[in-house]
Amino acid sequence: MILARQVLSEPEEVYKRIKDRDDDILLIDVRRNEEYAREHVPNAVSLPLAKVIESTNVPTLLELFAGIGLVIGKDNKSVVVYDDTFGALAARVAWTLEYLGYENVSLLAVTYSKWKEMGFEVEYGSKSRVSTSKVSNKNNSLGVTVTNTNVNKNIIASYEYIKSIIDGSIMNRGSDTTAKLLDVRERLNYLDHHIPTAINIPWKAFSAEDRVLKDKTEILDILKSRRIEPNDEVIVYCGSVGTLSGLSYYGLRLVGYSNVRLYSNSLKEWRSLKLPLEGFKDAHYWDLSAE
Amino acid sequence: MLKNLEDKESNVESWGLPEEVRNVDEMVRLYREGKITDDEFRRFRLQHGMYGSRLNKDYTMIRIKVPAGILTPRQLERIAKLSEDYSIGSAHVSTRQNIQLHWVYLDDAPMVEAGLVEVGLTTRESCGNTVRNVTCSPFAGVCMNEHFDVTPYAKAIARFFLRNPICQNLPRKFKFNFACCDEHSYARIADVGLVPAVKVIDGNVVRGFKVYIGGGLGPASYLAELLEEFTPEDMLLPTCIAVIRLFDRLGDREKVHRNRMRYLVHDMGFAKFRELVLKERSIVNLTKSVLVKLDIRESKGYEPYRDDIEFKPFNPPEGFNRWYKGNVIKQKQRGYVTVLIPLHAGDITARQLRALSDICREYSLEGHVVTTPWQGLAVRYVKEYRLVDMYRALKDTGLANYASSITSVVGCTSTTSCNLAITNAHRLAKEISSRLVGLGVDMDDAFKDTTIKLSGCPNSCGQHMIATIGFFGAAVRVNNTLTPAYNMLLGGKVGKENSLGTIVARVPAKRVIDVILKLIDVYRRERNDGEGFASWIDRVLAGEGNGIKDINALRLIIEEAARLPSADEEPEMYTDYGSENRFIVRTARGECAA
Repeated sequence: MILARQVLSEPEEVYKRIKDRDDDILLIDVRRNEEYAREHVPNAVSLPLAKVIESTNVPTLLELFAGIGLVIGKDNKSVVVYDDTFGALAARVAWTLEYLGYENVSLLAVTYSKWKEMGFEVEYGSKSRVSTSKVSNKNNSLGVTVTNTNVNKNIIASYEYIKSIIDGSIMNRGSDTTAKLLDVRERLNYLDHHIPTAINIPWKAFSAEDRVLKDKTEILDILKSRRIEPNDEVIVYCGSVGTLSGLSYYGLRLVGYSNVRLYSNSLKEWRSLKLPLEGFKDAHYWDLSAE
Repeated sequence: MLKNLEDKESNVESWGLPEEVRNVDEMVRLYREGKITDDEFRRFRLQHGMYGSRLNKDYTMIRIKVPAGILTPRQLERIAKLSEDYSIGSAHVSTRQNIQLHWVYLDDAPMVEAGLVEVGLTTRESCGNTVRNVTCSPFAGVCMNEHFDVTPYAKAIARFFLRNPICQNLPRKFKFNFACCDEHSYARIADVGLVPAVKVIDGNVVRGFKVYIGGGLGPASYLAELLEEFTPEDMLLPTCIAVIRLFDRLGDREKVHRNRMRYLVHDMGFAKFRELVLKERSIVNLTKSVLVKLDIRESKGYEPYRDDIEFKPFNPPEGFNRWYKGNVIKQKQRGYVTVLIPLHAGDITARQLRALSDICREYSLEGHVVTTPWQGLAVRYVKEYRLVDMYRALKDTGLANYASSITSVVGCTSTTSCNLAITNAHRLAKEISSRLVGLGVDMDDAFKDTTIKLSGCPNSCGQHMIATIGFFGAAVRVNNTLTPAYNMLLGGKVGKENSLGTIVARVPAKRVIDVILKLIDVYRRERNDGEGFASWIDRVLAGEGNGIKDINALRLIIEEAARLPSADEEPEMYTDYGSENRFIVRTARGECAA
């Protein structure tokens, strides 16, 4: 059971804690190294998304976070993650922390660009805080047993898990199934093909013009329009590595849906395994796109 | 500065109503719960701008009504966001100057409605048997030839008939069009088309209109006829009411394919209909309340901003001169120009809509954009000396496509979204345009009056009947194989010399481009000195060609260029654009009879 925790951290609150030299907050910048090196939120540490998704091995991941000074299983700092890509990269990293059993994590409510635009202070240049490369390859460099954590298996979905659900729901199609697959790719991609039984809510429908997530009422409205209920189990997926669906994961969490899983390997894996797909073929809808 | 502009935008007229959002919400819910039938729901949703999507009941197209084609930057931004959240990330500009959002999940319609109403937009009566979007020349107010700006009249007519009980259940849809002048006029393909006119009465210059009645394009098309030489301004509303009342009373509600007003006018004969209109108008005048009048709000005029100085950009960026030649039109207000933004068959991405709203705020003195009947957009009141900067900004976002008449190819949405479509005219329109731009045809003045328009079926949403070269979709057997094809028409035009195209040949979809290029070739050989393409076509149609004397001779050339290799040799020639599979015709019921 996941308690209702804070999903978003407001920039004002974060900035205040930075100014107050609060040691209990850890800001993680998941943009690329060179972007971080140019400028970042004061006191933030750098951990590019690419590093986080490089491995799915738990000890490796634990070390990676240990390298930026976060010892999972021991620390309880408020971790705030941010990016400059709609919050999607930050969401994927935050979800990884949760998966590793670290619960005190939230997304910065705005992107890095918005932070700057709002007039909040930034810090220039790379500091010694970027210590990942130094530590990440050393075993137990901090003297902590990194395997000793509680991986949260309730927030991840594997393809086998999804197969078992769709096999069940295909048989019961028409009846109410409690597990619902949510495809968060754009509409045309969804129409073209999707995992059987999946419902489509494009990830942007959860994201606001100036915040990484819309207000709760707006997110609830669209969930209601899809008949996705608070007690349903919802499995979110997107096109590649669970970033955009990571953001939708937090959209669902923001409105209090507690049984949410991320199919972190998403369609990329599903397709590569040649698992069944369905789509709508009776219209040339692609030709309506101006992209 | 920004503050100022926002104030300008907050004064924008509100066409939408919050309670209609609640109605949409309620009706969609009842429909989904099975408490109202398909037919009951269809009538409601069409009245509220929700059109069925091709062969898929879970989705709807949402048609946003854009009276007089006017959209503010804030509205553009909202459409951008709604298209990303609930549609396909692109929006579509229609030939009737609406904006359409396609493939919206039906249950999301209330949220889209809510988002639109918040910025003053509505979908009310953009579909269904009522007064549709009141269209208006994109040059109204800036046109060199116009007698006066018709925009306030177009908006007043839209305001008067929107939600008006007298037009909620007409036999069929009803279209108004306002022209700026004869030359730019689309007035004769509307049910009621209005061209501004002035007359000196007792020494005073009186405003009025040339009122055209009973036009329209479709499987059978007619040009509207002139009601009287001059209809003074104060007779505009009584005339319009009279026509609508007659149509409501006498129009055919039985024969689904003959219930547009043009059939009524045609069957009765225009002379008779004209008589009835004049009679009905006197009754309207005698009986209408003094409160029934048009609410005309004059648009703000702008002074020319400086004297004539020849615009000569120093070292312009690549492509600028070509763009300037085709896309920039001088306004009657000296020093200001209108910039045309052609879209590929009307499609524009969310990102481009946002960029355009910034560009509009930055460069347009009047602070809004207008949609055009050729599926494009225009930004007006741009100071000429700022064009280079504006060009760069447009180019950055892919909106600086060259805008000659021949390369602004129109294509209805057809099989991308519409139940009635036989062929993918939408994609073909894009293919033709990029091919012609690639060949530099846009730079040749010989084609400046030439248009190409396509529809995916005979219903003419792509306005193929008024194109120099028009096409409408069909399925034909070629070498024993069912093949996507087009009926080809030549010689259609709007404006002063308005005429409808003549069907000349059938062309397989994959040969349409070859046939167009062949025609261009033949024209270049056959033309007289200084003769444009469109005039040459007219001369051949009149049987007065040179080597290629008449349409029969030209038809032989077209048929030759349209010939297909066998299906075994080149099977892809028998498929439609956008498909790899064998061609089949799949259509479903249209929304006409609802």
